[in-house]
Amino acid sequence: MNSTKKSLAVLGSAMGLALLVSGCSNNTPANTTTPDSTGGDSGQVTLTVVGLKAGSTPEAYQGLAQQVSDFEAKNPGIKIVTMDYEWKATTFAADLAGGTLPDVYEIPFTDSKTLAANNQIADLNSYLDQFPYKGGFNDAVLQYGKGTDGHVYAIPAKSIYGIGMHYNRDLFTKAGLDPDKPPTTWDQVRTAAKAIADKTGQAGFCQMTSSGTGGWQLTVDTYSRGGSVETVGSDGKATATVTNDATKAALQYLKDLRWTDNSMGSNFTYDWGSINQAFAAGQCGMYTSGQDVYVSLVQSNDMDPKIYGLTMIPQDGPKAGVLGGGTLAAVNVKATDAQKEAAVKWITYYYLDRYSNEAAAVAQAKLTLANDQPVGVPELPIFSDADYANYQEWIKPYVNVPLDQMTNFTSKIGDATLINEPPVATQDVYASLDPVVQAVLTDQNASIDSLLNDANAVAQRAIDKAAAGEEE
Amino acid sequence: MIATASDTSEPRSAAEGSPDRSTGAQSGGPTPRGSTRAGADHGGVRSGSAERGRVRARSTRRGAKLAAGSRSKATSSRGGSGLTRWVQRGGLTTVVFALPLIIIFGVFSWYPIVRSFVMAFQKTNLVTTKWVGWENFAWVLTDPDLPKALMNTGYFLLLALLIGFPIPLIGAVLMSEVKKMKGLFTILAYLPVVIPPVVSVLLWKFFYDGRPEGVFNTLLGYIGLGPFPWLNDKHWAMPSLVLEATWAGAGATVIIYLAALISVPAELYEAAELDGAGIWKKIWHVTLPQLRGVLFITFILQIISTAQVFLEPYLFTGGGPNKATLTILLMIYNYAFGASLGSDYGSATALSVMLAIVLAIFSLIYFRLTKSWSKS
Repeated sequence: MNSTKKSLAVLGSAMGLALLVSGCSNNTPANTTTPDSTGGDSGQVTLTVVGLKAGSTPEAYQGLAQQVSDFEAKNPGIKIVTMDYEWKATTFAADLAGGTLPDVYEIPFTDSKTLAANNQIADLNSYLDQFPYKGGFNDAVLQYGKGTDGHVYAIPAKSIYGIGMHYNRDLFTKAGLDPDKPPTTWDQVRTAAKAIADKTGQAGFCQMTSSGTGGWQLTVDTYSRGGSVETVGSDGKATATVTNDATKAALQYLKDLRWTDNSMGSNFTYDWGSINQAFAAGQCGMYTSGQDVYVSLVQSNDMDPKIYGLTMIPQDGPKAGVLGGGTLAAVNVKATDAQKEAAVKWITYYYLDRYSNEAAAVAQAKLTLANDQPVGVPELPIFSDADYANYQEWIKPYVNVPLDQMTNFTSKIGDATLINEPPVATQDVYASLDPVVQAVLTDQNASIDSLLNDANAVAQRAIDKAAAGEEE
Repeated sequence: MIATASDTSEPRSAAEGSPDRSTGAQSGGPTPRGSTRAGADHGGVRSGSAERGRVRARSTRRGAKLAAGSRSKATSSRGGSGLTRWVQRGGLTTVVFALPLIIIFGVFSWYPIVRSFVMAFQKTNLVTTKWVGWENFAWVLTDPDLPKALMNTGYFLLLALLIGFPIPLIGAVLMSEVKKMKGLFTILAYLPVVIPPVVSVLLWKFFYDGRPEGVFNTLLGYIGLGPFPWLNDKHWAMPSLVLEATWAGAGATVIIYLAALISVPAELYEAAELDGAGIWKKIWHVTLPQLRGVLFITFILQIISTAQVFLEPYLFTGGGPNKATLTILLMIYNYAFGASLGSDYGSATALSVMLAIVLAIFSLIYFRLTKSWSKS
């Protein structure tokens, strides 16, 4: 190798090394809608925040970018960088540990207490009165964001939901069913599912089974029959109770639909995302999921709103209830005071202003409407019922969501009993039930009792471990 | 972060290789260990030993020179001449060339391996950490899912060997017999390897649609077969995974076999033909014996890689239906990331360490048992 070639080789290696090192140290969030500045501008605070789910429509991204511009214009010292985000049980812990979450991120109700106890989210107690109504949140909702010390660590933000039954009006019509009178009992659901399967060839009723969603939805089905998959005694000790009669009845129901009626189609690997996809594509007559799923069906799955219908999940017996949950906004524990101040302003602007300020509600509704995104998706109140009623009135002229196709839900959810998710080792309990639902739907000879006994042991093992961890 | 057997095997082979490379570079000739192996493969064990002896002698002489140099450096006051000479002889270039590899291995292989061993004895959420001794190992070994995952991994391994091992070999032998358009066949065989694995799996997931109008079911329907449940049945799920994995991975093995086939001396085939051997006899008596060194390596590599199967069960089925495709690696993943906050990195790394140790022991036994076979 002559000296020129050698020099070039050395230069090439050095450049490769530099690229490698810079690649390793690059912490610029991926899929941002605005380029990240260094954040080093004098006096300017850069705040990374949750954006949209990956794969959302261009109009949705455009709408978000406009909101960011509007916020930055009103808060000149703050620069917002949005990141694509979807909370997933399987990736959240890795993102948290890897430091790849934005400064402001969203978490489900069930996670905030543990995150607060682990000192993984910032204490926002001193900022509470800076939120609308001086932080006068609905107590039943705000309690999820409080740590064991009574401080507020996470702010109720959006998607305060009860589980609903989503149905395809188009398939209902094709099956000779009245789409304005959806089923109200489990028996009626079964009859409708069979009619859809027989007359359209599509699955009459679909069920999530994977990534913990199988357990989540089996818990929903259990609640709707008055059962519970986990109980907490007066001593605070949690016990797995997945062998209860309501869960058995729910599984037997699924078994009947699958093997007696053959009305559940032939895909039994659905999770939250894929069942939405199948529903939007007209492959599912009915399924149960959070009432707020309409947004994803439109934004990510291009569903035709005309086919959509929402009704209550059947309530069977006096103890029956609807599983409820929601999303909290949390701030990274490593955020500086300036970033926390900025985060409070962003959370207020992006999530909450609309409920307290008519001008903000109207402005946001107009912007969302201009970008062809859903306005007026039914929610449960974050503040008071009266505040929510005001909000609905403010945005009424801009609502583009087919609310008249959801009245069977919106007119009744207020009277339903909302039941929280299992408090201890939630995701583990759900994960223990996934195989049970899968077995019932894929094995005609599956023994429900035997499966539930095994699942109960697995769930109890996880609960005991989680409880032992908390005691430490 | 989590050690796997391939992680542990890489640094070992790199460590073995590096002295050879440095000696070879200094002597300016072929690597001694390489020539010994080549000699052994051709029955020239003695000549290999002789070559090794010569290299050792050269190294000794060189060592003596270097020692003398360092003595003169110590006695003379011309400090820095050794460094200058080292730079002039390209020492800096060597370091610059080696540095990216050292950093890559250090950051992405060696550090995670060490960290995994440490974490296997800890309870950590990556914020607070506590030493727990053998607790994680006990937790894993008493997990009711472990026997199922072991059985499933073994089943995948068996199916992958039955389906995935002979197909590339047969393909390579047939392709080597083809006179025209060999390049086209090679490209076609290798094409699946070029497709990103996740894309392949998602594509096949679409093909495996269990409805009668699914792609495979439609195609098979034309010849009166099906519809089959594919991923939605505990009996069908694992073979479906193996089928995709074979399709995705066979191309690379075909290329290895093709390369090895080129090295088979043509005279052997000519001799066999003169003895009246047909194509199958030539394959059985010439090709396969000549390929046994490569076969031996691909066999163990396939066992090690299939024992760590993760992508297919994770993306196709998530371990279902009813744990029918739950594998060891998927268990490790579930321990670490299965619950949003209940992440059990300690148990995940404990199981990783156990898997790595089992595979390492298996590899050692396999190499010992087949040592004579591969050289005879």
